[in-house]
Amino acid sequence: APCPQWPYCRKRCSYCSFNTYVVPAVDEGAVRACLVREAQTLLRLSQVHSVSSVFFGGGTPSLASPGTVAAVLEAVAAAAHLPAGAEVTLEANPSSTSTSRLAGFGAAGVNRISIGVQVRGALPAAAPKAPCDAIVTALPPQSLDDAELRMLGREHTAAEARKAVEAARGLFPGRTSIDLLFGLPGQSRDAWAQRLEVALGLCDDHISLYQLTLERGTALAAQVRGGALPAPSQDLLADMYRTARTVLVAAGFRHYEVSNFARKGALSTHNLSYWRADQYIGVGPGAHGRFVPRGEGSHSREARIQTLEPVAWMREVQSQGHGTRSRVVLSPLEQLEELLILGLRTDEGITHERWGHFSPQLSLQAVFGTPGEAQALQQQGWLVLDSGGLRCTWAGLAVLDSLLPDLLWQLQRV
Amino acid sequence: QEKLDMSMYPVESIRNFSIIAHVDHGKSTLADRLLEITGTISKTARNKQVLDKLQVERERGITVKAQSASLFYNHEGINYLLNLIDTPGHVDFSYEVSRSLSACQGVILVVDANEGIQAQTVANFYLAFEAQLSIIPVINKIDLKNADPERVEKQIEKLFDIPTDECIRISAKQGTNVEKVLQKVIEKIPPPQCNTADPLKALVFDSTFDHYRGVVANIALFGGEIAKGHKIVSAHTKKRYEVNEVGILTPDEQPTHKLYAGQVGYLIAGMKEVAEAQIGDTLFLYKQPVEPLPGFKSAKPMVFAGMYPIHQTEYNNLKSALERLTLNDSSVTVHRDSSLALGAGWRLGFLGLLHMEVFNQRLEQEYNTSVILTAPTVPYKAVLSSAKLIKEYGKDQITIINPAQFPDKLSVSEYLEPTVLGTIVTPHEYIGKIITLCQDRRAVQKDMLYIDENRVMLKYLFPLNEIVVDFYDTLKSLSSGYASFDYEDAGYQSADLIKMDILLNGNPVEELATIIHNDKAHAAGKLLCERLKETIPRQLFEIAIQAAIGKKIIARETLKAYRKNVVAKCYGGDITRRMKLLKRQAEGKRLMRKIGNVEVPRDAFIRVLKREPDK
Repeated sequence: APCPQWPYCRKRCSYCSFNTYVVPAVDEGAVRACLVREAQTLLRLSQVHSVSSVFFGGGTPSLASPGTVAAVLEAVAAAAHLPAGAEVTLEANPSSTSTSRLAGFGAAGVNRISIGVQVRGALPAAAPKAPCDAIVTALPPQSLDDAELRMLGREHTAAEARKAVEAARGLFPGRTSIDLLFGLPGQSRDAWAQRLEVALGLCDDHISLYQLTLERGTALAAQVRGGALPAPSQDLLADMYRTARTVLVAAGFRHYEVSNFARKGALSTHNLSYWRADQYIGVGPGAHGRFVPRGEGSHSREARIQTLEPVAWMREVQSQGHGTRSRVVLSPLEQLEELLILGLRTDEGITHERWGHFSPQLSLQAVFGTPGEAQALQQQGWLVLDSGGLRCTWAGLAVLDSLLPDLLWQLQRV
Repeated sequence: QEKLDMSMYPVESIRNFSIIAHVDHGKSTLADRLLEITGTISKTARNKQVLDKLQVERERGITVKAQSASLFYNHEGINYLLNLIDTPGHVDFSYEVSRSLSACQGVILVVDANEGIQAQTVANFYLAFEAQLSIIPVINKIDLKNADPERVEKQIEKLFDIPTDECIRISAKQGTNVEKVLQKVIEKIPPPQCNTADPLKALVFDSTFDHYRGVVANIALFGGEIAKGHKIVSAHTKKRYEVNEVGILTPDEQPTHKLYAGQVGYLIAGMKEVAEAQIGDTLFLYKQPVEPLPGFKSAKPMVFAGMYPIHQTEYNNLKSALERLTLNDSSVTVHRDSSLALGAGWRLGFLGLLHMEVFNQRLEQEYNTSVILTAPTVPYKAVLSSAKLIKEYGKDQITIINPAQFPDKLSVSEYLEPTVLGTIVTPHEYIGKIITLCQDRRAVQKDMLYIDENRVMLKYLFPLNEIVVDFYDTLKSLSSGYASFDYEDAGYQSADLIKMDILLNGNPVEELATIIHNDKAHAAGKLLCERLKETIPRQLFEIAIQAAIGKKIIARETLKAYRKNVVAKCYGGDITRRMKLLKRQAEGKRLMRKIGNVEVPRDAFIRVLKREPDK
């Protein structure tokens, strides 16, 4: 799954700590050439034969022209097989998402839109992630209230967000995702419940639900720390999350990952590839990847990070075909650790089959079925280990970050 | 360099004296001037606190390690030897002060012309008065704009019964009238009463450790003479030594052929540790024993605190720093200790609070070591009534330093706590607040006296444990810095003591148990529970934090369970960062102290146990 990143934004949102850049003019031709070149290089290196998804993230990839998206997809298709049904997601921002632009992206090959705040991943924006699966998400309307949007420093209004979602749904029916943010400073339980109702009336079949995290260094975090905005209490946040889970599940959504809900099978193939510890290739400034560089004769999975700063990244791509800044071989234990912390985020958990793929010798049962932390957590009702594999209970999912250190510690001792 | 011949100075031409004063009243500045006038040091602008050699002394304006100096001064045609014997500037060191004073026949009592008599002035005066020394009152800093020497003279008359016309008004900083002080020393202070023909009798009043030469003992001769090659014996240890070197301090060591009765100087005799030259000990010639000088006692720690390295990897460095520092300070007691929460460390005993702070500061400044110092505790005692326990201990009264050793009420007829007699001098407008503070600290008023129209001296008997943590800071802040405080040991008194346990979900936390007065248990228990609630991270289940006396719960806080903490976003680019954090937490599991099923990080213990540093 390639994930190409478009690192540029028109304006930095008050809560955003991603690798994004607000520059007056982007030399789109040069960026496009570099994305294409790097996607080619890395796909070749991975020797992936078929790509299951492509995800255009950012930044604000919907600011790029459909031609750029098309060029990257052509490169992907040329370097590996890109099946007709492969998920191709674009993250979109309501203010850069007119019907005609969206139609242009659709023509370029995008078949899924994720609309909203730029609430996604951490540092690496979404560059084309290459080999196995890649998805492009549209921009989710994190909020549908103008005052909240202003606080978040979002460029669009609620009406624009609504219009954008409607436009996307028209063009990508059943394949439009929206982002929702909760835990905004000053937001009450009731206000959140109302917001949720409005969102339900507007949404398609996929919702990403995020608790606002105050990342250090952001304008919003500074305002909260300085006392200008109130920080919501832990209990309120827990209540909001529980409310959302209950309401969305009642509306027919499957809560398939900590922050993701889908109905009618509209799960994000691309994002699932992260949580299942599949291979993915990060393309673009600051993009992260996990794959085996078979082209070099290697059999080891690597964690790779592309150069963060766009100008430097472009220079490197132009001179050597890629801007890989760091590559670290992951040991078998490290691979299992990643599988553990990611897999438990999903409703299916870690299946015996998937575990066996990374650990042919030592079964899930052998590691976590013996007396120790995992058994204690099972007895306390946070965790389940059965024929389906290892997964969180409904209550356990909300406190996963308290379970993981125990489980990692147990895994490290085996 | 030619050795001095000290036989030029017979007893009649010798004066031994100290300067005593409250902090910052100008003791060290006056000493600098006396050294300059007598040509002991050359007169330069750099002479500031010449006798205060340690960084901590200069910073705090106190003397920790007494230094002495011999001054030569011609008055009316006679050459005098004036021995200025410096004293530590705080009652924590009152034993050392009393030993230094016992080598003197008189003192210069310095009082600030602006601040007037302060608590330490009173304490110092009585030490000198009880030692029957001549007292020369000096009013310093008359050059200050707000100086009011007349008022201070009246205070001195009222409190110390010294006629106002005996006070000398000086400015040590500018040198005004300092010469007059020297003349008064010669006229008013009697020469020592002793004889060179008698057998050697030398008082050890201080000692330092030199890496090349071993122990350097400061001595005052009460009889006889001493020279290189003499064989001497310590009255306390009975050990024998051969003298390698004697000399005087000017203030640097200057070897002499001999030292004679009445003189003050140093001695090096192959002693390996300062414990061999204990303050107050008497030295005599081998096979010529003398009656030891009265008043010797071993240092008795009154304040205890745990000391732990911040990281266990620093244990050995800290150990060697402690060893080096205690080489010079035998009054600190060191016992190895270990805490389940804080790891391996020591339980240190100090003479008092200031002593503890100074020791910690020297450790940091001179040895570049940072430590966790736990809140100080005091040594309690229990009078046993249980025959079984009396047999076990081999005595019917035991000292309790560790709450784990606290004997049950049923086997005890009485618990005892150490007390001190505190002196507070304050402008009268703060009296109300100060009396309330003292009552809160279970203190009993012993005296209250107006030393002038607007200054009051209060005397209270305090339980020592009530002043060891934050009394001084509180007093200073509620009097805008104007009240001064000093205290002296006042023995033990009966007390209603109990052991308070802290429970986490019903399981006691050994390192948080405390011995406390019954009246204070409720408030202290509540405070401890609140602090723990703030420092223990939320966990997957609710945690009851309780303070208990025996089976009775006296305070409770509830730490609610985590309901949600899963991070919202975890996509391709978040994984590396996320993994790092989780692995650090998994690693932390190893260092976590488990009380039942409750995990308590080391930081939480540190934040609860650590002494809050003074402002």
